[in-house]
Amino acid sequence: MRQLQEQKASKEQNNNNASNNHSLVTMLHQIQETYNYLPENVLRELAKEKNIPLVDLYRVATFYSLFSLTPKGKHKILTCTGTACHVRGSEKVTEEISRVLGIQPGETTEDGEYSLEAVNCLGACALAPLVVVDEQYHANMTPAQIGALFNGVRKSTCQDKESSHCHCSSVAVGSKEKS
Amino acid sequence: MPSLQSRINTAADLFRLQETLQQRASSNNRYIAVCGDTGCSAWGSKSVKDVFRDCLEQKGLAGQVGMKFTGCLGLCESGPVVIICPEQIFYQKVQEEDVEEIIDKTVTRGEIIPRLLYQDVLSGETYTYMNEIPFYQKQKRLLMGNNLKIDPNSIEDYLALGGYSATARALTEMTPLEIIDEVKFSKLRGRGGAGFSAGDKWKECYDAVSDRKYIICNADEGDPGAFMDRSLLEGNPHSVLEGLIIGGFAVGAREGMIYVRAEYPTAVVKIKHALHQAEELGLLGENIFGSGFDFQVSISIGAGAFVSGETSALIASIEGRAGEPRQKPPRLAQRGLWGRPTVVNNVESLANIPVILREGEEYRRTGTDKSRGTKIFSLVGKVVNTGLVEVPLGITIREIIEDIGGGIKGGRSFKAVQTGGPSGGCLPEHLLDTPTDFEELNAVGSMMGSGGMIVMDDETCMVDVARYFLRFLQDESCGKCFSCREGINRLLEIIDDIVHGLGTPGHIDLLRELSVVVKDSTLCGLGQTSANPVLSTLQYFEEEYRAHIKDKKCPAGVCKALIHFSIDLEKCTGCGVCKKKCPEEAISGEKKEIHEIDPERCSKCGICLDTCTFDAVLKC
Amino acid sequence: MLEMTLNGLEIQVEPGTTLLEAANFYGIEIPTLCYDAGLSPIGACRLCLVEIGSPDRSRLVSACTFPAQKGLEIRTHSKRVINARKLLIEMYLATCPSSKTIQDLASKHHVTRVRFKQKHDDCILCGLCVRICEEQMQAKAIEFIGRGHELRISTFFDKKSEDCRHCGACMYICPVCQARCQGPQEKDAVCNACLNLEPPCLEEFEDAMCYMDPCVACEQGHEPRKGCSQRKEGS
Repeated sequence: MRQLQEQKASKEQNNNNASNNHSLVTMLHQIQETYNYLPENVLRELAKEKNIPLVDLYRVATFYSLFSLTPKGKHKILTCTGTACHVRGSEKVTEEISRVLGIQPGETTEDGEYSLEAVNCLGACALAPLVVVDEQYHANMTPAQIGALFNGVRKSTCQDKESSHCHCSSVAVGSKEKS
Repeated sequence: MPSLQSRINTAADLFRLQETLQQRASSNNRYIAVCGDTGCSAWGSKSVKDVFRDCLEQKGLAGQVGMKFTGCLGLCESGPVVIICPEQIFYQKVQEEDVEEIIDKTVTRGEIIPRLLYQDVLSGETYTYMNEIPFYQKQKRLLMGNNLKIDPNSIEDYLALGGYSATARALTEMTPLEIIDEVKFSKLRGRGGAGFSAGDKWKECYDAVSDRKYIICNADEGDPGAFMDRSLLEGNPHSVLEGLIIGGFAVGAREGMIYVRAEYPTAVVKIKHALHQAEELGLLGENIFGSGFDFQVSISIGAGAFVSGETSALIASIEGRAGEPRQKPPRLAQRGLWGRPTVVNNVESLANIPVILREGEEYRRTGTDKSRGTKIFSLVGKVVNTGLVEVPLGITIREIIEDIGGGIKGGRSFKAVQTGGPSGGCLPEHLLDTPTDFEELNAVGSMMGSGGMIVMDDETCMVDVARYFLRFLQDESCGKCFSCREGINRLLEIIDDIVHGLGTPGHIDLLRELSVVVKDSTLCGLGQTSANPVLSTLQYFEEEYRAHIKDKKCPAGVCKALIHFSIDLEKCTGCGVCKKKCPEEAISGEKKEIHEIDPERCSKCGICLDTCTFDAVLKC
Repeated sequence: MLEMTLNGLEIQVEPGTTLLEAANFYGIEIPTLCYDAGLSPIGACRLCLVEIGSPDRSRLVSACTFPAQKGLEIRTHSKRVINARKLLIEMYLATCPSSKTIQDLASKHHVTRVRFKQKHDDCILCGLCVRICEEQMQAKAIEFIGRGHELRISTFFDKKSEDCRHCGACMYICPVCQARCQGPQEKDAVCNACLNLEPPCLEEFEDAMCYMDPCVACEQGHEPRKGCSQRKEGS
């Protein structure tokens, strides 16, 4: 038994040392950064290049919640579902976003514009409930504000798809003043 | 900075540089600090800072008045926070349009702008200076106090405050054992949750014989509701780095690693920058301070897994595997990263190290006999002053919530406070006088954890809180142990029944029995504590469970299946706002006539309740 | 050699032995679902729990993964162990009632009721198949995929695996596939159809126990020793 364990441990070590301390998690991050998700063929190439068993890659890619095996939308919407956000009503906010966009957390709209993620904590608990649209933070959200926020996003992105700056920020400032 | 081009080769080099920088700082001590932490940034502090910078330049004041875009200043609720130094005039909720007025009046003429001052909600009193504000008065900011004086991108700021002196002392004047003894003597206990003695942990790794050892800074702050580690990394990265270097020297590790969760992109940027600066000055690398000690630090980024915060899982993650905890023993000090002796310390623990070596006396005077020093709590939820508070250990929870936090938001009544994250528990009103101490909190069924403190009012349903944590853990468990994976599933199944009005009296006993078994029979800390939210809510709020089961009522009005929305016939003016806003088109009624909610269509989203200005929507 | 106390008995084992191996060596039976002597242990099923440490500061650990340590006090059938084990078996029954292995376990450990909703998840995620595929067959065609309540066992991208040689080892070792119990009805997860197993006479022990199965005390019609509760309630 001990031999088995030792064998396994030394094998793991060899595998890891062979990968030159560039951990698999880091490599997957890089792939996701390039392709916006983890495409199957790229993972296959990586497995071949680094001599990692295919299922090991799949194991790691599915274990961590930030890795996605399907393409993400152009606009990333994160709703924080941390404890502070929860007690201030984030569940209702998430439900309302789901209703407006017609997708559940973890999904992407059919047109590939938006993907919605429910994140466990973004570490800005004082601003609960928190919604982040394309890295813009929107604090103290309520279900009633969601409609305005996303109407704004949808319209502005339709008019100006190339714009890198998300127009919703103007909407958000407005909604903040309201609150 | 010309003075920074040269490498620091000896402790004397460092002290000379510190002195130069100190003189420069004191000769030019007028500056504006804009809080740049994620919290204030979300309120728009980045653009406020830019406007300040432009405005100072336009008015030709850029040379005389400095600018610092600092780390967290604590009072996140009032962001963006701007502090005019050296007087420390505290302005809150500063918008871009306020900037010019602040420069013209306060900076140039010393006039105060009353509308931007902090006002106490209860007493209505306003405060001008930072230290006068009740929020800061009971705090002891040994770790966070310097945030005001430091631009996290500037190692000069940190050096001007005597930064890296602790490292110089440790590396050139002390032996590893002396350092370990001093840390032991300070009674520093791990701030990540379990409260294990940091000195003992170091000693164990020091004793291990190996040609290579590692020290890892655990910045995988996964507890929802806690963000002090992020703030420390973003606000004062060099203090954490110093702790890591000293720790590495003490245990005999020449390689350090910082494992940061990917949800904290700003922290990653700040710490990378800090590493680069320290390397350039020779504070990292070969032969630091001429002591012969070499030390390298690298960064490893997580990918979204709460369980990776468990030390053995964290190592699995760094090694590129799924972050699953493993059986200990063998302990990490025997077999850790790449099979070598490893010590893992939390961010806040490491940030304590330079304070201990520099101000040991003061440190030991703070806190209680068993738990020395300060602890940062993230005070959030239904409390007036949300933000990060740093208090001496041993202060009561009541003092934190009432004196520092300013009591419950919106004049509602206190119901519970949740400490310790998903592994902790909810404490009721009568336990508010429990001191913040590792043992005392464990004794009442909660724990210190990483320092999340989520305040709940009478609108929070405790069954729903238990359900919330179980759902969190259901996703975040690695799933390997049957007892944890299936145990959580089954606990949640029962609680789901309860919140849907399908609970039976036997459910409460079954929840208890199952919770105890989950706690007993699971491998890692996450699994062993995963039933705590259920156990502690059952312990203190069993009545609320019974109300759900017996009366099919949710007293707090949270559980959707057990609440109904209706319209108060007396108050409804027929304004039609609710009808217009209702996403389900469940509200009918002509203009200026009493409206009605169709219970069949109502999805209980509560938008009508939020939008009605006449309090005519009833929830029961 | 390491000296330990096993149910009050002084024993000696070689360093590197696990608690399960030690107990088995000394003839004490500990139930498992995820252990196989030819594979590395992972401690997933949690049935092999034993209590270690002095009674006032004890904890439960999985015997298959915990290494023997000098001076360790081990209790394999204490009340705490039995309570946990029985509830785990109850959950196994509710989750996977069609496994004969699990039905037999339930029968053997006197689990006669199931208070959880009945599911028919065939897989109990013991990981035996994953390990035999990698460690014995050197194929590495399957792995644990996902995490938490979504953990499952699958191939790369859930597709037909190029690494699989159809050796059938995974099916051979699976405690659920292998022998299917046809007994449990819609409403009740407990089968009880084949009561062919010896019911244990002694259920929980703080300390010493008999090492015979069935035990000598029962065979001779003696009363069980103090500290041992005879299985009578409910049967």
